[in-house]
Amino acid sequence: MARYFAIFLTFARACLVRDMTFRANFILECLTSLGWMSMNLAFYLLVFTFTSEIGKGTGWSKEPFFAFVATGLIINSVVQAFFMPSAEELTEMVRTGGLDAVLVQPLDAQFLLSMHRVDFSALANGAVGVGLLAWAMARMDHAPPALAWLLYPLLLLCGVAILYGLVIMLAAATILMGRNQSLYDFWFYITNFSRYPAEIYSGPWGGPLRMICTFVIPILLVVNVPARVIAQPFTGELWIGVACAVIAAAVALVVSRLVFQRALARYRSASS
Amino acid sequence: MSGSLEAVRPAGPLQGLRTWWTMLKICLEERLVYRGDFALGTLMRFLPIVTQVFLWTAVFGATSRGDIAGYTRNDIVAYYLLTMLTRAFSSMPGLAAGIARSVRDGSVKKFLIQPVDYVSFLLAARVAHKLVYYAVAAIPFALVFFVCRSYFPPVPDATTIAAFLLSLALSFLLGFFMEVTLGMLGFWFMEVSSIVFGYMLVQYLLSGHMFPIDLLKGTPTGIAGVSLADVVHWLPFEYTAYFSSAVWLGKVKGAQLVSSLAIEAGWVVVMAVACRVAWWRGTRRYSAFGG
Repeated sequence: MARYFAIFLTFARACLVRDMTFRANFILECLTSLGWMSMNLAFYLLVFTFTSEIGKGTGWSKEPFFAFVATGLIINSVVQAFFMPSAEELTEMVRTGGLDAVLVQPLDAQFLLSMHRVDFSALANGAVGVGLLAWAMARMDHAPPALAWLLYPLLLLCGVAILYGLVIMLAAATILMGRNQSLYDFWFYITNFSRYPAEIYSGPWGGPLRMICTFVIPILLVVNVPARVIAQPFTGELWIGVACAVIAAAVALVVSRLVFQRALARYRSASS
Repeated sequence: MSGSLEAVRPAGPLQGLRTWWTMLKICLEERLVYRGDFALGTLMRFLPIVTQVFLWTAVFGATSRGDIAGYTRNDIVAYYLLTMLTRAFSSMPGLAAGIARSVRDGSVKKFLIQPVDYVSFLLAARVAHKLVYYAVAAIPFALVFFVCRSYFPPVPDATTIAAFLLSLALSFLLGFFMEVTLGMLGFWFMEVSSIVFGYMLVQYLLSGHMFPIDLLKGTPTGIAGVSLADVVHWLPFEYTAYFSSAVWLGKVKGAQLVSSLAIEAGWVVVMAVACRVAWWRGTRRYSAFGG
């Protein structure tokens, strides 16, 4: 484990050196990323000029909702920084046979393929997320108990683990299919469902959708559970959500590992 | 090779038409290779609208207002669906980046010596792309619109439909010329990806793709009596998503419809000229070496 951590630090250092070599580009990437996020925040501010909360009686008024958004920013920035850049390269590696070079390395292939590239500019959104969270928490009616603050980092990790599992399963699909650009688009579209509180998915269509996005593809647990722990009154019901998030994270990691191993076993080299 | 070489023009109108038709046929065949990817991608693009539908349903559920900026909950859902249709006309994925790349890697130089006009070639390629897209996307679009038919108001009168179709055609041309002009910046800057991304951000926000521009009517600009929606009305962006949708929903009517169509047509002319000027000035300063 220590060896893998040291190798990961070497990868991260190399990526940081590369980013700092093209500093202007790095700053520009941070700014564009922040621009996109600011636009979304402006949209939410606009929505709150017409309503006091998202969903009647849900408790997602302005400050709790922005704590929710901040939680999403933090989790997504970690995934975008540490896992997505490597996963995005996999499509080309499979198509061109570059994956062969990875498989002959004396290291775990999943580790190498999912963590060899780090995009530090993606962490800019996470930093703003932390600031936004502080802003929202300072303005909320109730202060979360100490237990909520203890659970919060654990649940953030669970959220990251669920998304990581999804990334790995899409990577496995890449290996099986040879090329899956549409499936990576699918990643962005499916994670879109996690951007809003689960309560908005109600009614004859919303209810089943909520069940699917909670128990089949547990995307709704990613942001909802940690955000709810700190932004909503801490009640006994929250423990069910916490348990679901922890189980979903463990299952995502195990299942994605199995799927990835099976995909690798069926891999046929594309190189000569 | 020097950029001072003028592109050779086609011999006559008939020859020009034949060249254009050949270009269109080649591009059509090329695009049809990826029809499966097109259909899947089209269906997936509706997924973000699903979250928007639930979000706005929740917003309307929490407020006692019957409408927001003149839009009922059904209007908002219909609006988002219609912007998907409008964007199918005005969005030009990869166009600006492709032009900038052809300048950077030198492949643009063939258009300086071949009897093919670069902008016409790009237009033919894009028309082909859109024709294939509409042919493949018609089924997913029809399916989604049929399922969501209850959100739409009754079909408008013939004049409104004609104005809607005209606005769609103009939005295609506007989107095309804006992207081509952006891509031509590659003659001055080696890398335009950041500029393109910045443009996409502004475009996404001000085109009405994110929300109906009418929601900005209460947003002050600092100038008395002028809201942000008024400012956006004079910019080209809203004509690439908001305008056509608003026309179908009956939000823009009468004299305002005529003046808005005139503004849209005006922007098409402005961007077409800007694109030609950029090409003309860009090729004058352009130089490429080797094979």
